[in-house]
Amino acid sequence: MSSCRLAALLLALCALCGCEPRKTNVERGNEARELYFGIGTEPAGLDPHLITGLTELHVTLALYEGLATFNTETMEVIPAVAKSWSISEDGCFYTFNFDPNARWSNGDPVTPQDFIYSFERILSPALGAPYAYMLYDMKNADRFHKGELSDFSEVGVSSPDERTLVIELAQPTPYFLSLLTHYTWWPVHPPTIEKHGGMTARISEWTKPKNFVGNGPFKLEEWRINSSIYADRNPFFRDPDSVWLNGVHFLPIQVHAEERAFRAGHLHLTSTVLPHRVNWYQDNMPERMRFDTALGVYYYMFNTSREPLNDPRVRKALAYSIDREAITEHVLKAGQKPAYHFTPPNTGGSYNAEARLIYDPELARQLLAEAGYPGGESFPTFEILYNTSDAHRSIAVAIQQMWKEELGINVTLYNQEWKAYLSTREAGNFDILRAAWFGDYDDPNTFLSLGETDNGNNHTNWSNEDFDQLVEAATLATGNEARFEIFQRAEALLLEEMPVMPIYFYVTSLLIDPSVEGWHANILDYHLYQSVRLRSE
Amino acid sequence: MTRNRRETLSSEARSLGRDAWERLCRNQMARIGGVLFILITLACLVGPIIIPHSYETTNLEYGAQAPNTAHWFGTDDLGRDVLVRTLIGGRISIGVGFAATAVALFIGVTYGMLAGYTGGRTEGIMMRFVDTLYALPFTIIVILLTVLMGRSILLIFLAIGAVEWLTMARIVRGQTRALRNLHFVDAARVNGVPKSRILMRHILPNLIGPVIVYTTLTIPSVILLESIISFLGLGVQPPMSSWGTLIHSGSLKIDVYPWQLIFPAIFFSLTIFALNFIGDGLRDALDPRGEN
Amino acid sequence: MLSHFVRRLLQAIPTLWLIATLTFLLLRTAPGGPFDDEKPVPPEVKAQIEAHYGLDLPIYQQYFNFLGNTLRGEFGPSYKYTGWEVEEIIGQSFPVSLELGGLALIIALSLGIPIGVLAAIYHGKASETALMGTAMIGICLPTFVLGPLLLLVFSSGLGWFNPLGWSVASDRFLPALTLGLFYGAYIARLTRSGMLDTIQHDYIRTARAKGLKERFVVMRHGLRSALYPVVAYLGPAVAGLISGSFIVETIFFIPGLGMFFVNSAFNRDYTLVMGTVLFYAVLIILFNLLVDLIQMWMNPRTRHD
Repeated sequence: MSSCRLAALLLALCALCGCEPRKTNVERGNEARELYFGIGTEPAGLDPHLITGLTELHVTLALYEGLATFNTETMEVIPAVAKSWSISEDGCFYTFNFDPNARWSNGDPVTPQDFIYSFERILSPALGAPYAYMLYDMKNADRFHKGELSDFSEVGVSSPDERTLVIELAQPTPYFLSLLTHYTWWPVHPPTIEKHGGMTARISEWTKPKNFVGNGPFKLEEWRINSSIYADRNPFFRDPDSVWLNGVHFLPIQVHAEERAFRAGHLHLTSTVLPHRVNWYQDNMPERMRFDTALGVYYYMFNTSREPLNDPRVRKALAYSIDREAITEHVLKAGQKPAYHFTPPNTGGSYNAEARLIYDPELARQLLAEAGYPGGESFPTFEILYNTSDAHRSIAVAIQQMWKEELGINVTLYNQEWKAYLSTREAGNFDILRAAWFGDYDDPNTFLSLGETDNGNNHTNWSNEDFDQLVEAATLATGNEARFEIFQRAEALLLEEMPVMPIYFYVTSLLIDPSVEGWHANILDYHLYQSVRLRSE
Repeated sequence: MTRNRRETLSSEARSLGRDAWERLCRNQMARIGGVLFILITLACLVGPIIIPHSYETTNLEYGAQAPNTAHWFGTDDLGRDVLVRTLIGGRISIGVGFAATAVALFIGVTYGMLAGYTGGRTEGIMMRFVDTLYALPFTIIVILLTVLMGRSILLIFLAIGAVEWLTMARIVRGQTRALRNLHFVDAARVNGVPKSRILMRHILPNLIGPVIVYTTLTIPSVILLESIISFLGLGVQPPMSSWGTLIHSGSLKIDVYPWQLIFPAIFFSLTIFALNFIGDGLRDALDPRGEN
Repeated sequence: MLSHFVRRLLQAIPTLWLIATLTFLLLRTAPGGPFDDEKPVPPEVKAQIEAHYGLDLPIYQQYFNFLGNTLRGEFGPSYKYTGWEVEEIIGQSFPVSLELGGLALIIALSLGIPIGVLAAIYHGKASETALMGTAMIGICLPTFVLGPLLLLVFSSGLGWFNPLGWSVASDRFLPALTLGLFYGAYIARLTRSGMLDTIQHDYIRTARAKGLKERFVVMRHGLRSALYPVVAYLGPAVAGLISGSFIVETIFFIPGLGMFFVNSAFNRDYTLVMGTVLFYAVLIILFNLLVDLIQMWMNPRTRHD
């Protein structure tokens, strides 16, 4: 009896406190035209010249706009601040005509001078912009950034009048326009930068809501660290009618809690889907889960200077004895593709590697025997190093078992937290190392150049002159057909030598509320909030 | 009975030990706890040998399955048997739990007793040192240990023992201060009993209550801390398991694969309950003022 | 009493200095730096970045700069979260952690002490086992299990609470309960043991023999010294509670300070680590001092040093 009364009392209390079902964020957002987006972690900053990650890209896409942007559905380059452009016949001069309506969020017009200032800022060595090299196709940009040139007027950018910007390239670059969509090419508001420390001040308060000035469809309204970022409609945006949303809430909810928030209707979009959730969504609400192809490869690096990994036959044996399909289908589950070569499919539009490695345990055993370890006998124990994460651990455990069963060799696993892992990797102090690579741009070069001897990201100690020459030749070749042909040969060589062992190609997995329209799948995970609509039932 | 009773009895340590043991055995809850603990330990030692599954063999296609006749506790995401993994994990967790707690207990009690009994400036410095250790960033210390000292499982005890003794030291030191000026300690001091003897014979027995309680509280926290340390790369490495890591990864999947949490958590809880019952019984049995 | 208080405050200075110095050394010896990332930045760019934060200076000079800044109460900008000062981050997050920790402490004390006292009164009876069994929940179900479990029942299941967040008053309940049950369990066990120790003291027996009501006896004479170990435990516990819990904050998405304790170490965010460590150190020193004062008041004998 008393427990009944207690329950009644609790209910009454709840009613008083307002525990009755409240409106969810999604319901509220659909009415107020506000998007609730789970971004997984707190962004490391909102200065487009200093950021490096995908989370930061997602937030800043609401706040800034470059000369050109993507049609996120077709990945065509479309006008933004520049309403049109023309390219000189030699392909070296790009002339951009500015949209007269382009304005900063404080009402100032966006001028070519603002862009020149911004390019000078990101290229200034003193700023220490991590991705400044993204501008290197502009003439003399690299020399200015490396300090070989101190006069910025010699860099290939100029403004003949108040509506025009001309960019001169060092050499014709077919993909140049798509580079302009990258945040390193976005403008910052010079008076605001100057007011808060000056051009090369890294430690600056200008990205705080009270100081912030941007030129995107939204402006930074509120930023509570670790809690929420709210971007409100920018009334001065050049094309206000294209913007349907009134605002975007970015919530840095940790991935495990994020799924719960989504299920309770507190998010329109999440940053990811965890593998153990996939089956549940497939059974219950498949329409809310999406896997979009991404431009990234997950692989293991061999330290080729260590016995027995210095023998290509051993490396191949290891690579051939892994059932990649079992890994993608049963461990990762979220639509990842098994990787039988290094460069992701359709990179650069149409590059698909012809060379393939195979899943052939029989051949693997044979190779291992040839290398002197028949049946895995007397094979020394070595170690897989990975940075701590549930997914990396599961994959490593699965591979450990496959090698044990197929080849009869024993591997131990070792995990380190992120920074320690980076430091171990830098020191080359590993046998086999988990690694991943996401393309900086949509071209095989960003993947295959990793195998070059002097590439800063090649930690395998593998060095092959033929390979270096091929990659070098490809950069000099003109026309995608010729270039891709050379890349094919480089890729075949890479798979023959196997300094790296590809495992799977990434996807962008996310949960998406059915009310969201216009969140298009694309390889760069690039999304414009202008194109988003919320359809409430 | 007077408080000095403890002293007369302590000279007949053996009879006291037997006395305490008899009192412990008469305590029903302690008996239950003892039997339970022995059963769990035996299961962890013998179980993995008898059960026809391996803790490390994966079955990716099979995946996470609810408890069934082949796998009584179900399987984890990689198709490994949860029962065997729980039992194997118990070996690690019980081992780490006891060893690290023993380290913490030894350092904490010795340090706290010395500080509390000595008093004055020395005590001040000793306790400020404890404050210092409290404040140092544990994560960084563990990361440093991984780099400096390699991958020995002994290091886990070191790292865990190094943090867990602090509160023990503070509690013991507080109790010791309170005891220091009691009549019977004064009397012993006046009679010229050496310091070490006073500490061992007069102070230590009177600390038993809080020390046992805090020890039984330290074991579960150590078992769980192990999972954090493994996360940083110092603890057990996969495919080996431990209760801490099993419970932690199970808690993330609580509404999808509840069995991955429930079974390790039951083993963990039963062990903690058993230890607490034993602890309570021990405390009653060893209490110098305890009623017969 | 006052002179003791002042002396202890003065002792805090070398303690804080020692903490700062050791943390500085630990950080600089830890592998990996604040600006290491998956795609390493070119060395010359990294050198420029480090120059912004004075990391290009000789290490002893960095140390003295750091000490000087700390004395002025400036920790500097966070390395990871560009645009944020360490003081600003602590200033925004600490009130949240204080509120959560305070509520959890209230729950812990109001559950832990009565349960502990009652269990001691009913020592040896079935009700003792029941009471302590309840208290054990907080130990057997660590926060990272209890939090999701409470959410499963009260949020997903019954729909009484939001699944996460920190906006309305009812959002405080589940996280505070999660933390409170954990600390409450410790307090209950320490209280019970303390009570049992004192209940058997002669003066209590005398008091009981005089015919006073048992409950009154317990309260009047027993509780004070019974709480002695509880108070010793509470010093660091309260400091820990109000400086935030990483686990509870991540489960419930609460913008507290605990997150930064953990993440700053992982990010090698030197300034933020220093800020949070010293902030926590001040709390620890303060609460341990408070505990010693309370213990002196509880047991006047310990006053003569």
